[in-house]
Amino acid sequence: MKKRLLSAVAAALALAATGAWADANQDSLDEYREMLADGNPSELWEMSGEELWTTARGPKNASLEKCDLGMGPGVVKGAYAQMPRYFKDTGKVQDLESRLMTCMDALQGIAPDNFIKGKWGQDEMEKMEQIVAYVVGQSNGAKVKVNMSHPEMKRMYQLGEEAFFYRAGPMDFSCATCHGDDGKRIRMQGLPNLTKHEGAAAGWTTWPAYRVSNGQFWTMQHRLNDCYRQQRFPEPIYGSEVTQALSVYMAAKANGAKMATPGIKR
Amino acid sequence: MKTKMMWIAPLALAAGVAFAGDGDYADFKQMMDHSFKSKGIAEKHRLYQLDFQKECSGTEMPGKERMAQIEAAQLATVKYPSDGKYMGDWQAGEKVAISGKGLTWKDKADAVNGGGCYNCHELSHTEIAHGTIGPSLKDYGKLRGNSEDVLKYTWAKIYNAKAFNACSLMPRNGDSGLLTEKQIQDVMAFLLDPESPVNKKP
Repeated sequence: MKKRLLSAVAAALALAATGAWADANQDSLDEYREMLADGNPSELWEMSGEELWTTARGPKNASLEKCDLGMGPGVVKGAYAQMPRYFKDTGKVQDLESRLMTCMDALQGIAPDNFIKGKWGQDEMEKMEQIVAYVVGQSNGAKVKVNMSHPEMKRMYQLGEEAFFYRAGPMDFSCATCHGDDGKRIRMQGLPNLTKHEGAAAGWTTWPAYRVSNGQFWTMQHRLNDCYRQQRFPEPIYGSEVTQALSVYMAAKANGAKMATPGIKR
Repeated sequence: MKTKMMWIAPLALAAGVAFAGDGDYADFKQMMDHSFKSKGIAEKHRLYQLDFQKECSGTEMPGKERMAQIEAAQLATVKYPSDGKYMGDWQAGEKVAISGKGLTWKDKADAVNGGGCYNCHELSHTEIAHGTIGPSLKDYGKLRGNSEDVLKYTWAKIYNAKAFNACSLMPRNGDSGLLTEKQIQDVMAFLLDPESPVNKKP
């Protein structure tokens, strides 16, 4: 029942996305955003993800209930709001998706290549997206609290900042080309200034998100991947160090803001 | 890509470019090298920076003299229209301005690219879905006329924006191979033709 209602909402939103969009002025944009806030089809992904968390799967036939997202084995509530973080067992700074790859590999025997070589929305990657939706939903309303005291976190922040301003490719773009100034937009799409707390908070706390225009749920890895596509860069590898570094850069700047995850986007 | 390519380390330091966190370049270079892979036409060599790309990657821009050097070198890349015609068809130019397609890993090498002008600029009197990263170009021709100087400058700016501001956010549309000569002629007409909606209210 709930599923059917949500897909009706999704269909209406998709219509609004194509119809109302083209000739919208700022007022109707705000209305449109309010309308979006009424229902978030991400719930479908969250429900599937919650089930996957407790389902025994993979070659080792185990669930993810012993997965440690940083607050102890099995603790999901509030965990995403404190990520990325440094994990002693892997000796690495990890974002949620990198950490989930570690858990799936160790606990379930589901190899990281399923994701690194996978396709968005398909097979194991689809399940990853559902689990991500569930985990980030469990931090909705929590304050971003990324602990920057570990030297590895500081190192990653610096690497993230360098990557953010790194111009290359045929268009000479960097992340900062679009996200380095206040009050800019591409077409009608507002661009948060990710170099400041306010903008980083707006971005970081509303991804991962359901995207109305294509009816997909996008994780933060997917969001960053598409940023680099539009920058005309080669493809960032799923879970790669640059994606961890950029996530640390954004999350640290967003510290103190309230999570509104999963988000909903045009 | 005629300009010299190189990795980040030595020159950037010599030029005093302020990368954030007075960086460990080996660390950074290794991270970038390990983090990306070729996909479609977006091959990994795109990570390698042109000299000016590197110098414009800091939070601070190069000094005045260095900017002027870069600009002169970039101006030298500009190829003016081979048939001497600066202006094409404004209607075709409008299509180029609207399309933001091209050069991503989803695009084919022989695809028709767009200029993506509306992503960043206001252009016609009627299109309100325009970006604000670049300045408004509404009434571009009406305000400037179409003297030889205006034609030459506008062509060069579209062809290689770095010729006038070394660290401009605008792509080098001609130099990078994004747009063809014919497409630039059409965009020129869209900007300068008195009948174009850029210069004429409906």
